[in-house]
Amino acid sequence: MTDMTTEQVHDVTVNVNGVPRTATVPARRLLSDFLRHDLELTGTHVGCEHGVCGACTVLLDGKPMRSCLMFAVTAQDHRITTVEGLCDAPDARPCATGERMNPAQQAFAECHGLQCGFCTPGFLTTVTAYLEENPSPSQEEAREAISGNLCRCTGYQNIVKSVLRAAEIRTERLEENAGESA
Amino acid sequence: MKPAPFVHHAPRSVEEAVSVLAQVGHDGKILAGGQSLIPVLNMRLASPAHLVDINRVTGIDQVEVGDDAVRVGALVRHAELEYHEGAYAALPLLRQALVNVAHPAIRNRGTTVGSIAHADAAGEMPAILALTGGVVEATGPRGAREIAAVDFFQGPLETSLAEDELAVAVRFPRFAPGTATAFAESARRHGDYALAGVAAAVTVRDGVITDARSSFVSVTDVPSVLDLTDVVGGSEPGTADWAAAAEAVRAHVEPEADIHATADYRRMLAGELARRVLCQAAENAATTKGSSDR
Repeated sequence: MTDMTTEQVHDVTVNVNGVPRTATVPARRLLSDFLRHDLELTGTHVGCEHGVCGACTVLLDGKPMRSCLMFAVTAQDHRITTVEGLCDAPDARPCATGERMNPAQQAFAECHGLQCGFCTPGFLTTVTAYLEENPSPSQEEAREAISGNLCRCTGYQNIVKSVLRAAEIRTERLEENAGESA
Repeated sequence: MKPAPFVHHAPRSVEEAVSVLAQVGHDGKILAGGQSLIPVLNMRLASPAHLVDINRVTGIDQVEVGDDAVRVGALVRHAELEYHEGAYAALPLLRQALVNVAHPAIRNRGTTVGSIAHADAAGEMPAILALTGGVVEATGPRGAREIAAVDFFQGPLETSLAEDELAVAVRFPRFAPGTATAFAESARRHGDYALAGVAAAVTVRDGVITDARSSFVSVTDVPSVLDLTDVVGGSEPGTADWAAAAEAVRAHVEPEADIHATADYRRMLAGELARRVLCQAAENAATTKGSSDR
């Protein structure tokens, strides 16, 4: 049996937002807690902690996953993108406040795609990955795409607008990038 | 930390995983995608002392499309199977059901074999294994064996896998020529557990139904198949007595009530969904002449 006082720890190294990060944690450390407590990246929010709300969604090797339903040891050697890393995306641009924002972040700011903002990190990571898959969603598709994320302020109208606006911004920036490299 | 302490094992091969399982016995659980297991650990509804994490095991991450079946390895994520074009061409039912499995973020991590081994009758993929008459390939200290779906699901969340056995793959047999399938479920929010769900497979030859079967989500104790060939067999798809089929489904299911729906409502829902998917599968089987299968 496991003894609480001698709980095994593991050196876990994960590439987070392009930087290799290591911390020594017990096997039961959830990836969400690893990011927040051990790496002090508190942008990833923890809501229900059983996979329903989507607030903790991060990208694992580019794909959205629930960080509350993974252990840090299982993420060993994988590539994680948290909400903090979205501003480093190739299509991120400096905005009015001087910070860099990717198209989803820019669109959520423009369309006020949030009320209290607690759920926003999960929406941003989910939407960023979704637009790679479907660059120009319909309103119905946008709703479907965010169905795994809960906003308890029920601010879905502006969030749906934000998804559609993010698609526009993303397309504009891709065209700009193509123009620059041509 | 929400989960209780456990020892993490990270075997690199099936043999090593089985050997660890043999050592830890009933105090061990296998971790693949963990999308059902980790919520249970987070809520401390279970606190196994050992987790055998098979994510680094090699050779179990393939989808293989054969002439007879689609074989899915234990590390194939739901999303990989959902987007696998060969699997879709061979057995469209897989994608028809998979799009209903939770949300994309869950499907990116959760595995199809894990969902079947979890044996939740509210899960879509156990119902699909049942409807296809599929097989679970298990490996343990006493060697490898195959378990037919009908023998695999023993009770709610209970399978015939031994404590020291690992489900390394499942095989979903392809349907006979002339068969088409359909799947539908109703949930409070798309991606949530279904109030009721129904999968159907209907075979049409020379314009008449020769076989009709369905299986169910969330309305039976264990995944089960209802053979409706006696009810609608011999009829043309357009004129078959689908109301009688729906009635047979209502008599077959044994839903429970919960905070979201009464047992009666779930029974009614199962009947109506069955009518729709059976009818749709029959029409597709008649119009595509089975091109969706072989």
